[in-house]
Amino acid sequence: MNLKYIISLLLIGFIITSCSKDEGENNTNPALELNKIYTFDRDTHVIEVYSENQRIETGYNELYLRFLDKSNNVSRTDVNAQWEPVMQMGSMVHGAPHGNLYVENNLYKGFIVFQMAGDEHHFWELHLSYIIDGTTYELIEKIAVTNPLRDVKVQSFTGSDEVRYVLALKEPKAPKVAINNMEASLYKMDDMMNFSVVQDFSINIDPRMPSMGNHSSPNNEDLRYDSVSKTYKGKLSLTMTGFWRINMKLNNNYGDVIKGEDVTDSHQQSSLYFEIEF
Amino acid sequence: MNRKSVSLQKESSMKNFSQLLPAMTGVFMVCGFSIQAQEQPQDSVQPVNLSEVIVVSSRKQLNHHQNKKPLSGLDQYLESSRNVSMIKRGSYAWEPAMNGMTSERLAVTIDGMQIFGACTDKMDPVTSYVDVSNLETIEISSGQGGAAFGNTIGGAINLKLSHPNFRKKGWSGNLGSSFETNSSLRIFNGGVNYAQQKFFFSADGLYRKAGNYKAGGGKEVEFSQFEKFNISVNSGLRVSDSQTILGSLILDEAVDVGYPALPMDVSLARAVIASASFLQDTLFGTFNKWESKFYFNTIKHVMDDSKRPDVPVRMDMPGESETFGFYSQAGAQMGKHAFLFKLDGYHNRSYAEMTMYAPNPGEIPMFMLTWPDVRTENVGIFSEDRIAVGANFIKLSARLSVHKNRVADEFGRNSLTIFYPEMNAEKTRFLKSASVQYHKMLNDFHLEGGVSYGERAPSVSEGFGFYLFNSFDKYDYIGNPTLKTEASYDVNISATYKRPLFDITLEGKVFHITDYIIGEVRPELSAMTIGAAGVKVYRNLDYVRLMNFSVSGKYAFTHHLTFNGRISYQYGKDHDNNNLPLISPVNYRAALDFYKNHFSASIFAEGAGAHRAFAASYGEEGVPAYALAGINIGKRFILKDNDLYLKTGVENLFDTYYVSYADWNSIPRMGRNFYVTISYSIN
Repeated sequence: MNLKYIISLLLIGFIITSCSKDEGENNTNPALELNKIYTFDRDTHVIEVYSENQRIETGYNELYLRFLDKSNNVSRTDVNAQWEPVMQMGSMVHGAPHGNLYVENNLYKGFIVFQMAGDEHHFWELHLSYIIDGTTYELIEKIAVTNPLRDVKVQSFTGSDEVRYVLALKEPKAPKVAINNMEASLYKMDDMMNFSVVQDFSINIDPRMPSMGNHSSPNNEDLRYDSVSKTYKGKLSLTMTGFWRINMKLNNNYGDVIKGEDVTDSHQQSSLYFEIEF
Repeated sequence: MNRKSVSLQKESSMKNFSQLLPAMTGVFMVCGFSIQAQEQPQDSVQPVNLSEVIVVSSRKQLNHHQNKKPLSGLDQYLESSRNVSMIKRGSYAWEPAMNGMTSERLAVTIDGMQIFGACTDKMDPVTSYVDVSNLETIEISSGQGGAAFGNTIGGAINLKLSHPNFRKKGWSGNLGSSFETNSSLRIFNGGVNYAQQKFFFSADGLYRKAGNYKAGGGKEVEFSQFEKFNISVNSGLRVSDSQTILGSLILDEAVDVGYPALPMDVSLARAVIASASFLQDTLFGTFNKWESKFYFNTIKHVMDDSKRPDVPVRMDMPGESETFGFYSQAGAQMGKHAFLFKLDGYHNRSYAEMTMYAPNPGEIPMFMLTWPDVRTENVGIFSEDRIAVGANFIKLSARLSVHKNRVADEFGRNSLTIFYPEMNAEKTRFLKSASVQYHKMLNDFHLEGGVSYGERAPSVSEGFGFYLFNSFDKYDYIGNPTLKTEASYDVNISATYKRPLFDITLEGKVFHITDYIIGEVRPELSAMTIGAAGVKVYRNLDYVRLMNFSVSGKYAFTHHLTFNGRISYQYGKDHDNNNLPLISPVNYRAALDFYKNHFSASIFAEGAGAHRAFAASYGEEGVPAYALAGINIGKRFILKDNDLYLKTGVENLFDTYYVSYADWNSIPRMGRNFYVTISYSIN
């Protein structure tokens, strides 16, 4: 009697594990442990969009594209892929800072800084163009961009110089209780569709824990422009896990404050900040 | 060093085995003191100043008349010591201090076993994990006199466990109970012993429960309650005429312990302390009293703020400390030389974490490792040579230890690199100690003096603590893995004039401590604890000087009526002439004791001058002078073979409201307190 149930249970268990295993193989690229976010199916090929995260969120996103040839199941790296994120807002459109796609580990890799989340009326599109076997493809796909549950990882603002900037947190992706490398990208909006990297500004950081009486951490290093990565790099120390607000002050080449304020007892939070929770 | 284990032993009844048994009673002998005991008539030239033995031995009623409160806590026994003062954070788990130094500068051992508290805030000194029912004596050695027990600066406190002897006695037992009015403290204690010539077994239990106490004037001190129990079992087996095996196990658990001076209480403080020893009369012909012990102890300590009405952030702060170790020691008598050799080692793991729950719902709890799984290994050799020169003696002793600390937890190591990016996870030091002590007798005068040098490694908190809040000075403390070894040069001198009915002792001790470890305010750092005044980081001060002077004496009016008195003075300043914290102002006590036909009565008084030399820069406040008085009477009734003992008395007779220098956050001490103790022993 009991044995029957046990066998059934074992079978069910086996099936479930097998299924989930299959699913896992389908959805991730085992070599890179990435999560598959989208699959765009075409007649001869499939385009898969991967991320290290489970979904695309506002802020700095590293995305991986795989062009899979259906005829031989080979990932193509000769398709000269170009992309552009476009925000459809009904009467108007705008773009987002992004980097060109390049090939790495049989995948096309690039980043996009989404400044805002999409909703029913405003949504992000990914415009892709590529060439497979002499044929040029233009593809427009709607993609969902959501805000992180709580934390702010990107700031889009107008500075005291009346220029629109986008500042996005790139590192630490996996914060630790330690001195973390901190990296942020800073763009200015040239027009609705074009953004350029801002060079040689500086960013003061002041990490705080609002729930701990605005406790701060020692040995932080302000962010300085790094011409190789074209980002701003510094050191962020976090003395415990939990919710941190990284208060910032953005200074231009002349040392003038473009955005943000010092944190004081009476001013607990800068208007320019990131949030980290871990 | 010496401890007058000698006289102790006699009291503790080992008359039948003058050769073998002393060695079995415990660690002590180990230290070779029994050798002297056999050579010299008791109480002849024992140095009086450098050490002290407090008889606890609740098992033995004979001693009850000496104790103000026979079933009182260990802390109160310690406080009665000449050398020890107690730092208080509430009514439970006081922290012993000696020569103006606390835990990290003292070697506090249980029967020679190393054991370390598991609380980052020193809410659980080692002395809180045993109780009077476990103990025979407390052996206190000042300065490097304590080096036999480990690396120390200020001295050693060894809590010597009690157990029956190999005596054909069969079954015996004891029961006791005590009640105190002030905090409604109830104490129950019971034990059974079985002893034969080749085997003994004993088991005892003790339970205490107290409510909040009331300060002088009747004001209740909230969060001063506690509850604890202690169970211990001991067994011994004589495997041959010259060989003995002993085993001992103690379980001590306190729950619901309030700490009025701290922002949190303790929901659990539990220790399991186990040991097995092997004793042999001789070794290789040359050595005697060979004793080896293996031990293990584990402590779990859980802080709790759930009963506090207003805390900005709820937090959990569990801590663990596990130690295992061994020692092996033997004496040797060669002509005028009495040697003692000891090899010892231990491994300790200290781990503590803190999880804070933000008031903002949904926010991830905040977590930090406050003790980052620090592994400490220490192996040392100790030797001592006591050279008899007529009625005088010279004692030479030395210790060399290798001490290694390692931060085993990566999370913890990363955390500390915030402050010390170049930090090594591991640090090894050699710790040295040496001392010379000379004792001379000139008719009725005993003169004694000594010089010594000792070193210690930083404690776990000093080396590796991470944002440990100290409610004494309201600072968060950060450990410093780059601290240098602290070293002490000390000089002690004493003179006693002793007549049969009268004696008086003058005593002085000076410690010059280099690379003194203490927290330094770092204004650029931001406090973690809400409400903290700031952050201190441990550093080495160039030097500090600590001094202790005392005069004590005794006068016997008749055989039945004696007067005891003592007055002492402490001094402690750093190299910049700033006062050090927790240094006692002038302090005195006196007692008039009557004892006749098993009836005892005492009147006692104690007090302290105003604490004017307080350390403002360490958050200390001045404290006014106070004086207290008390009375007790006791009577022993012999009922056939059994004993009944009754004792009653009152402390703080005039219900004085007072605070001593050693009370954290100026929490007042207990007001008037009546107590009554009854104990019964079935022999």
